Amino acid sequence: MTETAPENHVQFRFRDDAQVSDPAVTVDAFLGQTNAAAVRIEPGDDARQLLPHLDRIALVEVNFPAFTDGRGYSAARLLREEGYQGELRAVGDVLIDQLSHMKRCGFDAFAPDAPLNEEDAQAAFNRWPEVYQSAADDRQPIWALRHKG
Amino acid sequence: MYQYDQYDQAMVDARVAEFRDQCRRRLEGHLTEDQFKPLRLMNGLYLQLHAYMLRVAVPYGTLNSRQMHMLADIADKYDRGYGHFTTRQNIQYNWIKLEDAADILADLSKVEMHAIQTSGNCIRNISSDHFSGAAADEVIDPRPYAELMRQWSSFHPEFSYLPRKFKFCVIASEKDRAAMRLHDIGIRILKNEKGEVGARFHVGGGMGRTPMISPVIRDFVPVDQLITYAEACLRVYNRYGRRDNKYKARIKILVHELGKEEYTRQVEEEFQHLLDQGVEPPYAELERIKAYFADPAFEEGLSDDLDLSDPDFALWVKTNTNPHKQAGYVSAVISLKPVGGIPGDATAEQMHLIADLAKDYSFDELRVMHTQNIGLPHVKKADLYAIWQKLDAAGLGTANLDQIGDMIACPGLDYCSLANARSIPVAQKISQRFDKNGKSAALGELKLKISGCINACGHHHAGHIGILGVDRKGKENYQLSFGGSEGEDTSLAKITGPGFDEDGVVDAVDKATDVYLRERQDGERFLDTYRRIGMAPFKEALYD
Ligand code: HEM
Ligand code: SF4
Repeated sequence: MTETAPENHVQFRFRDDAQVSDPAVTVDAFLGQTNAAAVRIEPGDDARQLLPHLDRIALVEVNFPAFTDGRGYSAARLLREEGYQGELRAVGDVLIDQLSHMKRCGFDAFAPDAPLNEEDAQAAFNRWPEVYQSAADDRQPIWALRHKG
Repeated sequence: MYQYDQYDQAMVDARVAEFRDQCRRRLEGHLTEDQFKPLRLMNGLYLQLHAYMLRVAVPYGTLNSRQMHMLADIADKYDRGYGHFTTRQNIQYNWIKLEDAADILADLSKVEMHAIQTSGNCIRNISSDHFSGAAADEVIDPRPYAELMRQWSSFHPEFSYLPRKFKFCVIASEKDRAAMRLHDIGIRILKNEKGEVGARFHVGGGMGRTPMISPVIRDFVPVDQLITYAEACLRVYNRYGRRDNKYKARIKILVHELGKEEYTRQVEEEFQHLLDQGVEPPYAELERIKAYFADPAFEEGLSDDLDLSDPDFALWVKTNTNPHKQAGYVSAVISLKPVGGIPGDATAEQMHLIADLAKDYSFDELRVMHTQNIGLPHVKKADLYAIWQKLDAAGLGTANLDQIGDMIACPGLDYCSLANARSIPVAQKISQRFDKNGKSAALGELKLKISGCINACGHHHAGHIGILGVDRKGKENYQLSFGGSEGEDTSLAKITGPGFDEDGVVDAVDKATDVYLRERQDGERFLDTYRRIGMAPFKEALYD
């Protein structure tokens, strides 16, 4: 492993706490040691391996080597469903048109390989007036709005 | 039928705005073609041999006259005056310009239509029984369940970048009119011994280069857990489905490689977990949707008698209608397979006429059928003669439902960039041959299906007779197969032997039907005879 992995530039962050700057280690490395607080999930990793350790993790990076590989969405949502509260950062081939889905799956920080146009990104985050499904964010699905009260 | 409320409309409108914005960013160079492609596909836009092709969704095949009129107007305004109805109960336009695409979507949204997720590696338009809500043999109308799933699967945040496309089918009778077990997930809504409604899940079917019939993985999912169970099925697929090889990426391969038991075990585990996550819409939501699918105001006590003194009309009634649950009514089928025509094509004029007939005679409802025909689901028997006369005058009165002339054919090399061979001319020649030799009626039910390449859009694996176009040393060649079925007796066709050229395959089909006529026993269809006597007698006739 090279120690000079480029520092991810977090372009969007939806958290109030301080950004975690620990370097993220691989899932294998994480499971083999006890003190790392930041871990990086690759598409082929099974996020469920982290479940016993969620309380000591401050940052999970989910890597998208190619935006068309959607495994990271399931990994993220599952971590949130299991109660993970730390930072969940999408890194890699993160593009405008995937931002809103990622946010719905529980990502709260975004570190794209190439910086995104700010205006287009804000439009993308605000794209959907409502949502059809319940997911890992706190948005009320349309079916809940239809039947509230 | 279902109607949008302000939420549904807002979602479709947001999608149109999003797509407009994506087109702008593409044109300004902020999106590469590689980045843009999956986005345009998720809006139904393919790049074909000659132009862009737009695939418009017709959820579970149901539409009203206003929508059909709009489809006709789009054909006139943006295409060359016609459209192609497909085996996935959708419509495709073959001559679209990229710069018009967002405007077309905006026009569609005015009549509660869209092209959302009609392509791409996401959950596609959900197909269903084309006689839903009408068929005498159904347990319950499956469309409310399909609509519930349409909403759940639209813009799904977790499942928009799956390993491969994903097709659901929902039916609710024992008879399968929708090739349910050849979908990624086939759901049959049924009642258990206690009379409770639930869903039987078949997972891992599909056609393409590796056809598979889906196994049952759960006999009965209670209806108030339907979405949760589907979500579990998809999550296991998203996690493990292969991404290294696009030809092995469909869920059928995963279920096959993991084994049905292991796949099911993982789904059940995920399902248990998801039950606590509150992903299931309340029962009240299903009830809300169901109200839209209430029976139309059928007249009670109508007679089932019909004056069949006109022999042409009598023939049409015999072949092109399906029994209705309400006395005095039938479902009538408008064949889009005139002799020598292009299967599934309809002109704008024909679409307008069909829309008017729906308005006047079928409670304003139409169905797009996977057989590439159009259904009028709720027709009074007393009105049939008037309907037939109008259809006949417009060239839409062909009486050939489920016969050899009612074949399915994909667009093939005339349009499709993936094709190895043309499908349409073969379909036309077979249709003309059997019109001339007058054998169609004697042959009875004979489902012939043609695909222009291994992707199997024309369902050739499921044809009583299947034809597959291949490329043999730069020449178009056609493989013939027998014994497939998309019905409740689902089976996959077997190849007869070496392929044929275009005229050769027409001759071969002709010869095969002679074998059937010679060998058949009482009441047997071509398929039954083939199943009884096997390939040998056919081979002998074909390759001597
Ligand atoms: C003209 C452009 C079209 C293209 C580029 C196209 C592309 C494809 C591809 C690549 C597959 C194979 C997918 C796989 O095996 O994973 C496929 C399958 C299929 N397509 Fe098309 N298609 C087109 C038109 C159509 C039309 C017109 C229909 C309906 C008549 C259709 C219906 C289907 C069906 C039913 C399948 C089989 C589904 C399955 O494997 O489960 N497609 N298509
Ligand atoms: S079967 Fe092949 S040729 Fe026919 S439409 Fe599908 S991809 Fe095109």
